Amino acid sequence: MDPALFRGLTQRRLPRRELLRSAGLGAGLLGFSALLGACGIAGSASREGSDVNWDSFWAQQRKTGVLNFANWPLYIDTEHGRSQSLALFTKATGIKVNYEAVIQNNEPFYATIEPQLAAGESTGYDLAVFTNGWNLTQLIDSNFLVELDHSKLPNFQRYASDLVRNPNYDPGNKHSVTWQTGFTGIAYNTKYIDREITSFDDLADPAFSGHVGMMNDNVELGCAALLHMGVNPEVSTPKDWQESTKWLKKQRRLVSGYYDQSYIQHLENGDTWITQAWSGDVFQANQSGYPHLKFVVPKEGQIVWHDNMVILRGAQNPVSALEWMNFYYTPKIAGIVENWVNYVCPVPEAQRYIMDVLKDPTVANSPLVFPSASIDAVSHGYYVYKDYDEYQQWNDTYNPIIES
Amino acid sequence: MTTIQARIAKEPGSLRRWVSRHSPPYWLSLVGVGWMVLFFLIPLISGLIVSLETGNPVKGYTLTWNWHIYSQIFVHSDIPYTTFFIRSLIYGGSATILCILIAYPMAYYIAFRVSPRWKNSLLLLVLISFFISFVIRTDMWAFVLADQGIVVTTLRHLHLVSANFHILGTAGAVIGGDVYNNLAFMVLPIYVALERIDVRILEAARDLYANSRQTFLKTVLPLSRAGIFAGVLLVFISTVGDPVNSALLGGANTYTIGQAIQDAYLNNQQFNVAAALSTMLMLMLGVIMFIYARIFGTENIENLV
Repeated sequence: MDPALFRGLTQRRLPRRELLRSAGLGAGLLGFSALLGACGIAGSASREGSDVNWDSFWAQQRKTGVLNFANWPLYIDTEHGRSQSLALFTKATGIKVNYEAVIQNNEPFYATIEPQLAAGESTGYDLAVFTNGWNLTQLIDSNFLVELDHSKLPNFQRYASDLVRNPNYDPGNKHSVTWQTGFTGIAYNTKYIDREITSFDDLADPAFSGHVGMMNDNVELGCAALLHMGVNPEVSTPKDWQESTKWLKKQRRLVSGYYDQSYIQHLENGDTWITQAWSGDVFQANQSGYPHLKFVVPKEGQIVWHDNMVILRGAQNPVSALEWMNFYYTPKIAGIVENWVNYVCPVPEAQRYIMDVLKDPTVANSPLVFPSASIDAVSHGYYVYKDYDEYQQWNDTYNPIIES
Repeated sequence: MTTIQARIAKEPGSLRRWVSRHSPPYWLSLVGVGWMVLFFLIPLISGLIVSLETGNPVKGYTLTWNWHIYSQIFVHSDIPYTTFFIRSLIYGGSATILCILIAYPMAYYIAFRVSPRWKNSLLLLVLISFFISFVIRTDMWAFVLADQGIVVTTLRHLHLVSANFHILGTAGAVIGGDVYNNLAFMVLPIYVALERIDVRILEAARDLYANSRQTFLKTVLPLSRAGIFAGVLLVFISTVGDPVNSALLGGANTYTIGQAIQDAYLNNQQFNVAAALSTMLMLMLGVIMFIYARIFGTENIENLV
């Protein structure tokens, strides 16, 4: 007799239902523990790629006919829905540009592209514009950016202003070149305020109670408080941060709101009489029916920030992106863009192009677009976070002011 | 169970009969159960799990069963999350009550007082604002209600309000925005409930010497309960968690839980905090809705469909 048959005949058989039940339970447990195990969220630093040899990377890249460019809304010259600067680029290089104004803010855009970057996939964009700040630091630290080949950026060497060279958040412009610069100072409505505004102290004047606007961007908010205290944010310490909240807490009862980009609308509408403000917004408001708004550099100093072009890892057309960067850094192209965008131009010589060729003295002569060289002395950058813990500490310090 | 097994043992072939007689309800509910698991249970549990993780966005988050987060958020935080929850509930509750007060007469008018050929046009008018994105519409309210906007300046010229009067930035503006954006979700279910009322019942009430007030309170209102019930669900849930109205129409002291969740997730990248807050919000709404349904009865909904 076959022993297997014997065993089969004599041994107790596992009832089918029980078998199914235990199999189901096992699979369920297995599935659940697998689920929990997979539940962790991978960090941005987990991606390898710090050891890329960028010289050989660039040597391998070939020119393609396309550039996918992600930018902020209303941030490039536009006429009848078309951009002259991009058209000139296509004409000169044969590269077709897919320009998409998809970036509403740094944080949501970062959150959108982070999963692809972390997985080592293409985001669909070659070039993106990020403000210096935590997200840009995170992009650099996580090796999410392609290092630039400065040998192919001769125009940057030649034309870039000192303001945008070798910034503290990206030494040597290794990963980024500036698209536009802006200043953060104070703006006020001369209809309601007839005295001269000169200092951050004016944001705490009880006479303006209920009409003071502050920014809900906690970096801008904190920097204003630090400057008010006489501390340069770039070299500030967590102790300074804590100290500076005293002024913000005291000033809070005068504040009508902590606003996002809509702060300028509130200033135009008269909800706020005095507010933290970005230079470019005030210049544009002046041109579009609100000449009584005035931007001032507080005597304690102002903040200078940069929106930067970066090439994302996994980009399909890095050569096109680099070529556009180089193309942009000329008086002509920067001038065409600047004449429409009106923030601070990274190419000082564009001033002459706007004056002589585009014949727009309002823009060319504006100190908000082409600041004098002396502006450097009163302009300070943001603090550069060394890691997430420092960023978290900054958040913990300033968020309770806004979120209350 | 034993009796079934005993019966099955006695009568061969009866198991199949028993299964085929008792299983259809379960098969039929499969789609509904699947829907609930997929869109309610899994999100709730995964939210709960993320909230119990620790770490940061650079190094990653790992599950450490950190229940502590809940006490951190509600007890030991510099940011008053509890206040945001209470504030959001008050805003949502007030908006819901206002919606009922405004929507009921509207729905009543459309259901009973308008000739049938106008009904569809009026219902379309209720919905027409949905043709434009609600963020843009809310932003336009910020323009209208601004200190130099048409409403405040008119009131000021008529000397009805003092020079320091604001609308924008107050709780009233946020609640108003909530009401405006959700009114249709209250009007439509109430209209549907009223529309189903047999007019002969109203005539009968009058024949039995009920005056118009009694007719309304004793017949129309109870018969339209289902509509109010459904409207409250729709409006309350969406207003409590809403971050948009408080961001666009609010000021320094109208920060809501919706904004807190958004900021925790996007700006601060504290995924665990954001998950803990939204889990709490979902649980809280779940409990409130459960109690509400127990009191007013879920058969209300059944009457409507």
